Amino acid sequence: MHRVKVRVVEDALDANNTIARANREDFDRDGVTVVNIMSAPGAGKTTLLERVLRDGIEELRVGVLEGDVQGSLDADRLAHLHIPVTQLNTDNGFGGECHLDANMIRSALGTLPLADLDLLIVENVGNLVCPAEFRIGEDARMMVSSVAEGDDKPLKYPLMFRACELVVLNKIDLLPYVEFDVERFRHFLDQVHPGVTVLETSARTGEGVDDLRAWFARLPDRAEAAAPA
Amino acid sequence: MHELSIGSAVVDTAVKHAAGRRVSLVSVRLGHLRQVVPDSLSFYFDLIARDTVCEGARLEWEIVPARLCCEPCSHEWDVTEPAFRCPRCDGARVVVLSGEELEVASIEVHQEEPACIV
Repeated sequence: MHRVKVRVVEDALDANNTIARANREDFDRDGVTVVNIMSAPGAGKTTLLERVLRDGIEELRVGVLEGDVQGSLDADRLAHLHIPVTQLNTDNGFGGECHLDANMIRSALGTLPLADLDLLIVENVGNLVCPAEFRIGEDARMMVSSVAEGDDKPLKYPLMFRACELVVLNKIDLLPYVEFDVERFRHFLDQVHPGVTVLETSARTGEGVDDLRAWFARLPDRAEAAAPA
Repeated sequence: MHELSIGSAVVDTAVKHAAGRRVSLVSVRLGHLRQVVPDSLSFYFDLIARDTVCEGARLEWEIVPARLCCEPCSHEWDVTEPAFRCPRCDGARVVVLSGEELEVASIEVHQEEPACIV
Protein backbone atom coordinates (compact mmCIF):
# COMPACT_ATOMS: atom_id res chain seq x y z
CA MET A 1 0.00 0.00 0.00
CA HIS A 2 1.45 3.40 -0.91
CA ARG A 3 0.24 6.94 -1.32
CA VAL A 4 -0.27 8.43 -4.73
CA LYS A 5 -1.02 12.02 -5.60
CA VAL A 6 -3.86 12.38 -8.10
CA ARG A 7 -4.09 15.63 -10.06
CA VAL A 8 -7.74 16.76 -10.09
CA VAL A 9 -7.93 20.47 -11.05
CA GLU A 10 -11.71 20.56 -11.07
CA ASP A 11 -14.04 23.30 -9.91
CA ALA A 12 -15.83 21.93 -6.86
CA LEU A 13 -19.11 23.21 -8.32
CA ASP A 14 -18.63 21.51 -11.71
CA ALA A 15 -21.21 18.84 -10.90
CA ASN A 16 -23.78 21.54 -10.13
CA ASN A 17 -22.90 23.54 -13.23
CA THR A 18 -23.26 20.48 -15.45
CA ILE A 19 -26.79 19.88 -14.17
CA ALA A 20 -27.54 23.61 -14.51
CA ARG A 21 -26.61 23.39 -18.20
CA ALA A 22 -28.93 20.41 -18.64
CA ASN A 23 -31.75 22.41 -17.00
CA ARG A 24 -31.01 25.30 -19.31
CA GLU A 25 -31.27 23.06 -22.36
CA ASP A 26 -34.66 21.83 -21.18
CA PHE A 27 -35.87 25.38 -20.56
CA ASP A 28 -34.60 26.49 -23.97
CA ARG A 29 -36.32 23.57 -25.68
CA ASP A 30 -39.66 24.80 -24.35
CA GLY A 31 -38.79 28.45 -24.94
CA VAL A 32 -38.97 29.32 -21.24
CA THR A 33 -36.91 32.20 -19.87
CA VAL A 34 -35.87 31.65 -16.26
CA VAL A 35 -35.06 34.27 -13.66
CA ASN A 36 -33.59 33.46 -10.25
CA ILE A 37 -34.56 35.86 -7.46
CA MET A 38 -32.35 35.97 -4.38
CA SER A 39 -32.33 38.00 -1.17
CA ALA A 40 -32.03 37.82 2.59
CA PRO A 41 -35.09 36.44 4.41
CA GLY A 42 -37.78 39.10 4.66
CA ALA A 43 -36.50 41.48 1.98
CA GLY A 44 -39.87 41.29 0.26
CA LYS A 45 -39.41 38.89 -2.67
CA THR A 46 -42.85 37.32 -2.39
CA THR A 47 -44.68 40.60 -1.80
CA LEU A 48 -42.93 42.11 -4.81
CA LEU A 49 -43.95 39.13 -6.91
CA GLU A 50 -47.56 39.47 -5.75
CA ARG A 51 -47.50 43.11 -6.80
CA VAL A 52 -45.84 42.47 -10.16
CA LEU A 53 -47.95 39.45 -11.08
CA ARG A 54 -51.30 40.82 -9.93
CA ASP A 55 -51.71 42.71 -13.20
CA GLY A 56 -49.68 40.21 -15.21
CA ILE A 57 -46.49 40.84 -17.16
CA GLU A 58 -47.75 41.94 -20.57
CA GLU A 59 -48.91 38.86 -22.46
CA LEU A 60 -46.33 36.53 -20.92
CA ARG A 61 -47.43 33.20 -19.49
CA VAL A 62 -45.69 33.21 -16.13
CA GLY A 63 -45.05 30.43 -13.62
CA VAL A 64 -43.40 30.61 -10.22
CA LEU A 65 -41.20 28.09 -8.43
CA GLU A 66 -41.06 28.83 -4.72
CA GLY A 67 -38.00 27.59 -2.86
CA ASP A 68 -38.25 27.37 0.91
CA VAL A 69 -36.67 25.24 3.59
CA GLN A 70 -40.10 24.26 4.82
CA GLY A 71 -43.78 24.93 4.32
CA SER A 72 -45.88 26.38 1.52
CA LEU A 73 -46.70 29.81 2.97
CA ASP A 74 -45.20 31.65 0.00
CA ALA A 75 -46.89 29.44 -2.59
CA ASP A 76 -50.20 29.88 -0.74
CA ARG A 77 -49.81 33.66 -0.92
CA LEU A 78 -49.49 33.48 -4.71
CA ALA A 79 -52.36 31.03 -5.15
CA HIS A 80 -54.95 33.76 -5.80
CA LEU A 81 -53.04 34.92 -8.86
CA HIS A 82 -54.23 31.88 -10.83
CA ILE A 83 -50.86 31.11 -12.33
CA PRO A 84 -48.92 27.84 -11.99
CA VAL A 85 -47.03 27.94 -8.66
CA THR A 86 -44.84 25.06 -7.53
CA GLN A 87 -43.46 24.79 -4.02
CA LEU A 88 -40.04 23.20 -3.61
CA ASN A 89 -39.00 22.41 -0.03
CA THR A 90 -35.30 21.95 0.47
CA ASP A 91 -35.81 19.86 3.60
CA ASN A 92 -37.62 17.29 1.49
CA GLY A 93 -34.78 14.85 0.95
CA PHE A 94 -32.22 17.62 0.61
CA GLY A 95 -31.26 17.96 4.26
CA GLY A 96 -32.80 21.41 4.77
CA GLU A 97 -30.48 23.16 2.34
CA CYS A 98 -30.24 26.93 2.66
CA HIS A 99 -30.31 27.46 -1.11
CA LEU A 100 -31.65 25.95 -4.32
CA ASP A 101 -29.17 24.10 -6.49
CA ALA A 102 -29.36 22.76 -10.03
CA ASN A 103 -30.26 19.25 -8.93
CA MET A 104 -33.26 20.40 -6.86
CA ILE A 105 -34.56 22.34 -9.86
CA ARG A 106 -33.96 19.29 -12.03
CA SER A 107 -36.03 17.14 -9.69
CA ALA A 108 -38.89 19.65 -9.90
CA LEU A 109 -38.88 19.92 -13.70
CA GLY A 110 -41.51 17.21 -14.06
CA THR A 111 -43.98 19.20 -11.96
CA LEU A 112 -43.59 22.40 -14.01
CA PRO A 113 -45.86 23.02 -17.01
CA LEU A 114 -42.90 24.23 -19.10
CA ALA A 115 -44.69 23.88 -22.44
CA ASP A 116 -47.29 26.40 -21.24
CA LEU A 117 -44.85 29.02 -19.91
CA ASP A 118 -42.85 31.91 -21.34
CA LEU A 119 -41.27 33.03 -18.08
CA LEU A 120 -40.44 30.99 -14.99
CA ILE A 121 -39.66 33.00 -11.88
CA VAL A 122 -37.69 31.06 -9.28
CA GLU A 123 -37.81 32.50 -5.78
CA ASN A 124 -34.72 31.19 -4.04
CA VAL A 125 -34.43 30.44 -0.32
CA GLY A 126 -33.91 33.65 1.67
CA ASN A 127 -30.15 33.78 2.23
CA LEU A 128 -27.51 36.33 1.18
CA VAL A 129 -24.66 33.86 0.89
CA CYS A 130 -25.14 30.36 -0.54
CA PRO A 131 -27.61 30.99 -3.40
CA ALA A 132 -24.95 33.15 -5.07
CA GLU A 133 -22.73 30.07 -5.53
CA PHE A 134 -25.22 27.78 -7.22
CA ARG A 135 -26.38 28.29 -10.79
CA ILE A 136 -29.70 26.59 -11.51
CA GLY A 137 -29.84 27.00 -15.29
CA GLU A 138 -31.32 30.50 -15.21
CA ASP A 139 -31.06 33.23 -17.85
CA ALA A 140 -30.96 36.11 -15.40
CA ARG A 141 -30.44 36.70 -11.70
CA MET A 142 -31.87 39.50 -9.63
CA MET A 143 -31.52 40.23 -5.96
CA VAL A 144 -33.69 42.18 -3.58
CA SER A 145 -32.17 44.25 -0.80
CA SER A 146 -34.46 46.13 1.57
CA VAL A 147 -33.73 49.42 3.30
CA ALA A 148 -34.47 47.75 6.65
CA GLU A 149 -31.31 45.67 6.20
CA GLY A 150 -28.95 48.65 6.20
CA ASP A 151 -26.97 50.48 3.51
CA ASP A 152 -23.69 48.63 4.11
CA LYS A 153 -24.84 45.26 2.78
CA PRO A 154 -23.07 45.41 -0.61
CA LEU A 155 -19.71 45.57 1.18
CA LYS A 156 -20.64 42.74 3.52
CA TYR A 157 -22.02 40.37 0.90
CA PRO A 158 -20.10 41.24 -2.28
CA LEU A 159 -20.51 37.74 -3.72
CA MET A 160 -24.29 38.10 -3.80
CA PHE A 161 -24.27 41.68 -5.05
CA ARG A 162 -21.90 40.65 -7.85
CA ALA A 163 -23.83 37.51 -8.79
CA CYS A 164 -26.86 39.39 -10.13
CA GLU A 165 -27.58 41.79 -12.95
CA LEU A 166 -30.42 43.63 -11.27
CA VAL A 167 -30.50 44.93 -7.71
CA VAL A 168 -33.93 45.90 -6.43
CA LEU A 169 -33.86 48.19 -3.42
CA ASN A 170 -37.17 47.46 -1.75
CA LYS A 171 -39.24 48.94 1.10
CA ILE A 172 -38.31 52.51 0.17
CA ASP A 173 -41.53 53.59 1.89
CA LEU A 174 -39.64 52.90 5.15
CA LEU A 175 -36.84 55.38 4.38
CA PRO A 176 -38.19 58.06 6.77
CA TYR A 177 -38.07 55.57 9.65
CA VAL A 178 -34.72 53.82 9.21
CA GLU A 179 -31.06 54.82 9.14
CA PHE A 180 -30.49 54.18 5.47
CA ASP A 181 -28.58 56.47 3.12
CA VAL A 182 -29.54 55.61 -0.47
CA GLU A 183 -26.50 57.43 -1.88
CA ARG A 184 -24.20 55.51 0.44
CA PHE A 185 -25.84 52.22 -0.61
CA ARG A 186 -25.45 53.10 -4.28
CA HIS A 187 -21.83 54.13 -3.72
CA PHE A 188 -20.99 50.81 -2.01
CA LEU A 189 -22.87 48.89 -4.69
CA ASP A 190 -20.94 50.73 -7.39
CA GLN A 191 -17.65 49.66 -5.79
CA VAL A 192 -18.71 46.03 -5.60
CA HIS A 193 -20.55 45.77 -8.92
CA PRO A 194 -19.91 48.82 -11.10
CA GLY A 195 -22.65 49.47 -13.62
CA VAL A 196 -25.24 47.04 -12.22
CA THR A 197 -28.85 48.10 -12.81
CA VAL A 198 -30.68 49.33 -9.69
CA LEU A 199 -34.42 49.79 -9.24
CA GLU A 200 -36.02 51.33 -6.16
CA THR A 201 -39.37 49.86 -5.16
CA SER A 202 -41.94 49.64 -2.45
CA ALA A 203 -43.98 46.46 -2.71
CA ARG A 204 -46.34 48.01 -0.18
CA THR A 205 -47.18 51.28 -1.96
CA GLY A 206 -46.45 50.00 -5.46
CA GLU A 207 -43.81 52.64 -6.17
CA GLY A 208 -41.32 51.45 -8.79
CA VAL A 209 -43.20 48.19 -9.39
CA ASP A 210 -44.00 49.14 -13.00
CA ASP A 211 -40.28 49.47 -13.71
CA LEU A 212 -39.67 46.03 -12.26
CA ARG A 213 -42.54 44.61 -14.31
CA ALA A 214 -40.99 46.16 -17.44
CA TRP A 215 -37.63 44.55 -16.58
CA PHE A 216 -39.32 41.14 -16.36
CA ALA A 217 -41.18 41.79 -19.62
CA ARG A 218 -37.91 42.40 -21.50
CA LEU A 219 -36.23 39.19 -20.29
CA PRO A 220 -37.55 36.76 -22.97
CA ASP A 221 -36.39 39.01 -25.84
CA ARG A 222 -33.02 39.37 -24.22
CA ALA A 223 -32.69 35.63 -23.65
CA GLU A 224 -33.57 35.02 -27.29
CA ALA A 225 -30.92 37.47 -28.46
CA ALA A 226 -28.33 35.79 -26.23
CA ALA A 227 -29.20 32.25 -27.33
CA PRO A 228 -26.67 30.55 -29.60
CA ALA A 229 -27.81 30.65 -33.23
CA MET B 1 -21.98 29.91 6.13
CA HIS B 2 -21.58 28.70 2.55
CA GLU B 3 -18.68 26.55 3.82
CA LEU B 4 -21.13 23.68 4.42
CA SER B 5 -22.31 23.72 0.79
CA ILE B 6 -18.79 24.16 -0.53
CA GLY B 7 -17.41 21.47 1.79
CA SER B 8 -20.01 19.09 0.46
CA ALA B 9 -19.04 19.93 -3.14
CA VAL B 10 -15.36 19.42 -2.30
CA VAL B 11 -15.99 16.00 -0.74
CA ASP B 12 -18.12 14.94 -3.74
CA THR B 13 -15.39 15.98 -6.16
CA ALA B 14 -12.68 14.19 -4.17
CA VAL B 15 -14.77 11.02 -3.83
CA LYS B 16 -15.40 10.97 -7.57
CA HIS B 17 -11.69 11.21 -8.41
CA ALA B 18 -10.67 8.75 -5.68
CA ALA B 19 -12.60 6.02 -7.53
CA GLY B 20 -12.97 3.89 -4.41
CA ARG B 21 -9.45 4.44 -3.07
CA ARG B 22 -8.92 5.76 0.45
CA VAL B 23 -8.08 9.50 0.50
CA SER B 24 -5.51 10.94 2.94
CA LEU B 25 -5.19 14.51 1.67
CA VAL B 26 -7.37 16.91 -0.33
CA SER B 27 -5.76 20.09 -1.68
CA VAL B 28 -8.03 22.97 -2.63
CA ARG B 29 -7.41 26.39 -4.16
CA LEU B 30 -9.71 29.07 -2.79
CA GLY B 31 -9.99 32.39 -4.59
CA HIS B 32 -9.90 35.38 -2.26
CA LEU B 33 -13.17 36.70 -3.75
CA ARG B 34 -15.09 33.55 -2.80
CA GLN B 35 -14.92 34.60 0.85
CA VAL B 36 -14.40 31.07 2.11
CA VAL B 37 -13.30 30.79 5.74
CA PRO B 38 -10.73 27.95 5.60
CA ASP B 39 -11.11 26.82 9.23
CA SER B 40 -14.87 26.65 8.79
CA LEU B 41 -14.49 24.74 5.52
CA SER B 42 -12.14 22.32 7.26
CA PHE B 43 -14.66 21.78 10.05
CA TYR B 44 -17.49 20.95 7.63
CA PHE B 45 -15.18 18.91 5.43
CA ASP B 46 -14.41 16.61 8.38
CA LEU B 47 -18.11 16.18 9.14
CA ILE B 48 -19.23 15.55 5.58
CA ALA B 49 -16.31 13.23 4.85
CA ARG B 50 -17.56 10.73 7.44
CA ASP B 51 -18.57 7.40 5.95
CA THR B 52 -16.91 8.26 2.65
CA VAL B 53 -13.42 7.37 1.35
CA CYS B 54 -12.39 10.86 2.52
CA GLU B 55 -13.06 10.10 6.19
CA GLY B 56 -10.07 11.25 8.24
CA ALA B 57 -8.44 12.96 5.25
CA ARG B 58 -6.63 16.24 5.83
CA LEU B 59 -7.81 19.33 3.95
CA GLU B 60 -5.04 21.59 2.69
CA TRP B 61 -5.77 24.98 1.15
CA GLU B 62 -4.10 27.71 -0.83
CA ILE B 63 -5.70 31.16 -1.00
CA VAL B 64 -5.45 32.61 -4.51
CA PRO B 65 -5.12 36.43 -4.46
CA ALA B 66 -7.67 38.44 -6.43
CA ARG B 67 -6.27 40.15 -9.51
CA LEU B 68 -8.39 42.34 -11.78
CA CYS B 69 -7.90 43.80 -15.23
CA CYS B 70 -9.63 46.86 -16.67
CA GLU B 71 -10.72 46.07 -20.24
CA PRO B 72 -10.59 49.60 -21.66
CA CYS B 73 -7.24 50.69 -20.17
CA SER B 74 -5.56 47.29 -19.58
CA HIS B 75 -4.53 48.25 -16.07
CA GLU B 76 -4.02 45.22 -13.80
CA TRP B 77 -4.12 45.32 -10.03
CA ASP B 78 -4.62 43.20 -6.91
CA VAL B 79 -7.57 43.74 -4.59
CA THR B 80 -8.12 42.74 -1.01
CA GLU B 81 -11.27 44.82 -0.49
CA PRO B 82 -14.38 44.50 -2.67
CA ALA B 83 -13.61 47.47 -4.91
CA PHE B 84 -14.15 46.63 -8.56
CA ARG B 85 -13.75 49.97 -10.30
CA CYS B 86 -10.48 50.59 -12.11
CA PRO B 87 -8.32 52.80 -9.85
CA ARG B 88 -6.61 54.30 -12.93
CA CYS B 89 -9.48 55.20 -15.30
CA ASP B 90 -12.49 54.65 -12.99
CA GLY B 91 -13.90 52.24 -15.61
CA ALA B 92 -16.55 49.66 -14.76
CA ARG B 93 -15.67 46.99 -17.35
CA VAL B 94 -13.39 44.93 -15.18
CA VAL B 95 -12.39 41.31 -15.68
CA VAL B 96 -11.45 39.02 -12.80
CA LEU B 97 -8.13 37.38 -13.72
CA SER B 98 -7.89 35.33 -10.54
CA GLY B 99 -9.54 35.10 -7.16
CA GLU B 100 -12.73 33.23 -8.04
CA GLU B 101 -11.24 29.73 -7.75
CA LEU B 102 -13.07 27.04 -5.85
CA GLU B 103 -10.99 24.21 -7.12
CA VAL B 104 -9.98 20.78 -5.95
CA ALA B 105 -6.36 20.82 -7.14
CA SER B 106 -5.29 17.31 -6.15
CA ILE B 107 -5.94 14.44 -3.79
CA GLU B 108 -3.62 11.91 -2.23
CA VAL B 109 -4.93 8.34 -2.24
CA HIS B 110 -3.81 5.00 -0.83
CA GLN B 111 -3.12 2.64 -3.64
CA GLU B 112 -2.65 -1.11 -3.45
CA GLU B 113 0.70 -2.34 -4.76
CA PRO B 114 0.08 -3.53 -8.28
CA ALA B 115 -0.33 -7.29 -8.29
CA CYS B 116 2.59 -9.16 -9.73
CA ILE B 117 1.56 -10.53 -13.07
CA VAL B 118 3.40 -13.65 -14.04
